[in-house]
Amino acid sequence: MNTNLSKWMRAGTPWVWLNAGAVAISIVMVIGLLMLLTVRGMSHFWPRDVIQANYSPPSSSGEFLSTQVIGEFVESEMVLASQIASSGIPVDESQGLYERQLIKLGNRDLTGADFTWVLSDFVKDVEYPENVVALERREWGNFYGNLLVVKEEGNSTSFSGDSETRDESRWIDFNRRLQRALDIREEIYVIEKQEIGQINYRMERLRLRERRLQLDGEDTPEALAEIENSRIELDAQYDVLQIELVELYETVNRDSAVFLASNQQQTEIDFAGIVRAYRPNQMSFFAKIATYFSKLGEFMADEPREANTEGGIFPAIFGTVMMVMLMSVFVTPFGVVAAVYLREYARQGFVTRAIRIAVNNLAGVPSIVYGVFGLGFFIYIIGAEVDQLFYPEALPAPTFGTPGLLWASLTLALLTVPVVIVATEEGLARIPRSVREGSLALGATKFETLWRVVLPMASPAMMTGLILAVARAAGEVAPLMLVGVVKLAPSLPLDGNYPYLHLEQKFMHLGFHIYDVGFQSPNIEAARPLVFATALLLVLVIAGLNLTAVALRNHLREKYKALDV
Amino acid sequence: MSNSSSEQTQQDQSPVRTVDVSAVLADKTAATDAFASCIDIENLNLFYSKDKQALKDINLSIPKQRVTAFIGPSGCGKSSLLRCFNRMNDLVDDCIIEGSVGIDGINIYQKSIDVADLRRRVGMVFQKPNPFPKSIYENVAYGLRIQGINSKRVLDEAVEKSLKAAALWDEVKDRLNDSALGMSGGQQQRLVIARTIAVEPEVLLLDEPASALDPISTLKIEELINELKTDYTIVIVTHNMQQAARVSDFTAFMYMGDMVEFDATDTIFTNPREKQTEDYITGRYG
Repeated sequence: MNTNLSKWMRAGTPWVWLNAGAVAISIVMVIGLLMLLTVRGMSHFWPRDVIQANYSPPSSSGEFLSTQVIGEFVESEMVLASQIASSGIPVDESQGLYERQLIKLGNRDLTGADFTWVLSDFVKDVEYPENVVALERREWGNFYGNLLVVKEEGNSTSFSGDSETRDESRWIDFNRRLQRALDIREEIYVIEKQEIGQINYRMERLRLRERRLQLDGEDTPEALAEIENSRIELDAQYDVLQIELVELYETVNRDSAVFLASNQQQTEIDFAGIVRAYRPNQMSFFAKIATYFSKLGEFMADEPREANTEGGIFPAIFGTVMMVMLMSVFVTPFGVVAAVYLREYARQGFVTRAIRIAVNNLAGVPSIVYGVFGLGFFIYIIGAEVDQLFYPEALPAPTFGTPGLLWASLTLALLTVPVVIVATEEGLARIPRSVREGSLALGATKFETLWRVVLPMASPAMMTGLILAVARAAGEVAPLMLVGVVKLAPSLPLDGNYPYLHLEQKFMHLGFHIYDVGFQSPNIEAARPLVFATALLLVLVIAGLNLTAVALRNHLREKYKALDV
Repeated sequence: MSNSSSEQTQQDQSPVRTVDVSAVLADKTAATDAFASCIDIENLNLFYSKDKQALKDINLSIPKQRVTAFIGPSGCGKSSLLRCFNRMNDLVDDCIIEGSVGIDGINIYQKSIDVADLRRRVGMVFQKPNPFPKSIYENVAYGLRIQGINSKRVLDEAVEKSLKAAALWDEVKDRLNDSALGMSGGQQQRLVIARTIAVEPEVLLLDEPASALDPISTLKIEELINELKTDYTIVIVTHNMQQAARVSDFTAFMYMGDMVEFDATDTIFTNPREKQTEDYITGRYG
């Protein structure tokens, strides 16, 4: 027995188990994290059945006040009876634990709050009415209720047949009108955001040009007249669009529908305010899947609504990817050039060693410090200088002298440059001496050797550095809050207006979005699933960016396979 | 004496030179200076650090368009000496070189010498094949591209000519665009030689070119050396004394940084002047 044990120890079996255990724990943690994010985040888009029930908790006055509850079940938990009692509901404390459920009521305009906790023991007459409608609205959150009347220009429309076929044809009519309203909304969106946006942008540029001419003392009557002409032209275009817009608004507001919400409250809702309508209790599994993906698609491709608690997060995805790409463009050449100097040209000695230690330590500086540096140096010093030199016409409004995409990218590039330097240096050190000598022996100078042989062979190592840099930068939030990220950016940094890439604009970022939705939101219950969904998406975006870089590196590795040493 | 020398040069393709060499070798004293010299080394000292002298007062004249072999035990300074001829030792930090090395009468350690140009004229092949991670074609064209030659016609011609000269053309002509790293060691070494002669050097320095190769590849390299010596002055460092005997016209024996003896190969191998040389060749040490 004893010899067996010592043999077991000597064979290193415990060591193997320890290693395997550590790996297993890491994998379980990663998978667990992803599962949590997926389950909590992705289940949010599932069109859940709507329950209707009567809730009559005991009250301190002794009588049972009954209210009707219509909404989606969210979650349930066990609470101590004493805790419930202290909140003013006189329950039987001898029972110990009570189950309570979180119900999403929607109808914030009617009830004031769109979530409520109910005690399961006092919920009665639970049913899933066939015809209950769930609405997603542009304002006031979700709505649950029964469709009563569809109105056109204030007049009710009527349908023939028995009550069931009437309900059915009313629902069909409702959907038709909803589609019409959505189409008009789309037109309005195009005019407001794109066409009028473009005209505003051009007007602003005209104003800046005029100011510029004045500053330069070149405001000749001809030049001013030309600007005035363009302005008149733009004004005319704007007026045409404005008229079109007013018409569209009138037509979109033509229809409305009357719903019966919980507790027999009737409410009239304009079609213009509805994003999506469905009857979850009637939907088949496949219809629900279709709706699920439609909601998921909206989440990924649309702009946020309602203080970021509804709608999509596309601008945040776009901003994150854009910033990371710009950062890569800045950090790679800079890091590589620095590493080449340190490794190939600088005389190895005390100074280079000191620089190397300093570079490594830079990687450990808290990121918020970089944010402060970016704000103080890039924005207030360089940005302000750039404004003085190139954009004096816009002053006192700053152009580059304010947080923006360029400064955020540069700040993150500074934050990640040590990683690229270290990785590139290691790559350069691994290039066999014989290959360098081979090139030099053919009459190549040191520079030619570097440029034609060494750097291509070291490119996989540079990519490794870039991968690490991207992984670090994409997840960074703290410095960005100081140098360019905002809660809601009015437009994407890349659009159809000259010069197309607006480096000075502020942008949205997934990491900041998580913080904003999770902690700055007025409607925490509604926002919580979005926090998980956004976090999952952030992980996916980073993974996607990394996989792209890894694929590129593998390609390069294959191409410049190092000689077998 | 002349018998064995003609035996030794029988591998030689040119009958004229066979006569030539044996004629010279008949007169032993004229052996090394009967030829126009290509590389003249005068009072050369090399220090890797203050107290580590690798070469001690070397004086030597390497004849033009002949194969000269450096032999000697490990660490005797053969490679260091070879690397003085194209100033590869410049790459070694703290390496100090005194004295002069003249190539075609010009001291290559003058300030005015363009090192890159010198290295083009004095090509070098290393112990381990070191092709670049590029295609076979690009490997051979590399030196020319460095010189700014990018015309496809000129490059095609030069690549074909060099690969033929290195006896590699028939093996690779159908896969010029494949990576050079996929070739066998022997092919890689011949590719490196092709790459070196593509830039048309005057001198070829071979630093143990066959030590990492199998016997068949070694044989091919040796045949190649024999063919190339009509056009180039070849200096070869080798550990393998049979190889030195087979391929070289002249042999220098070095020991502990000293040039012990330099003479016609036959003289060195059959009738060395110095006791040290004889001991080494007969395998008494080293």
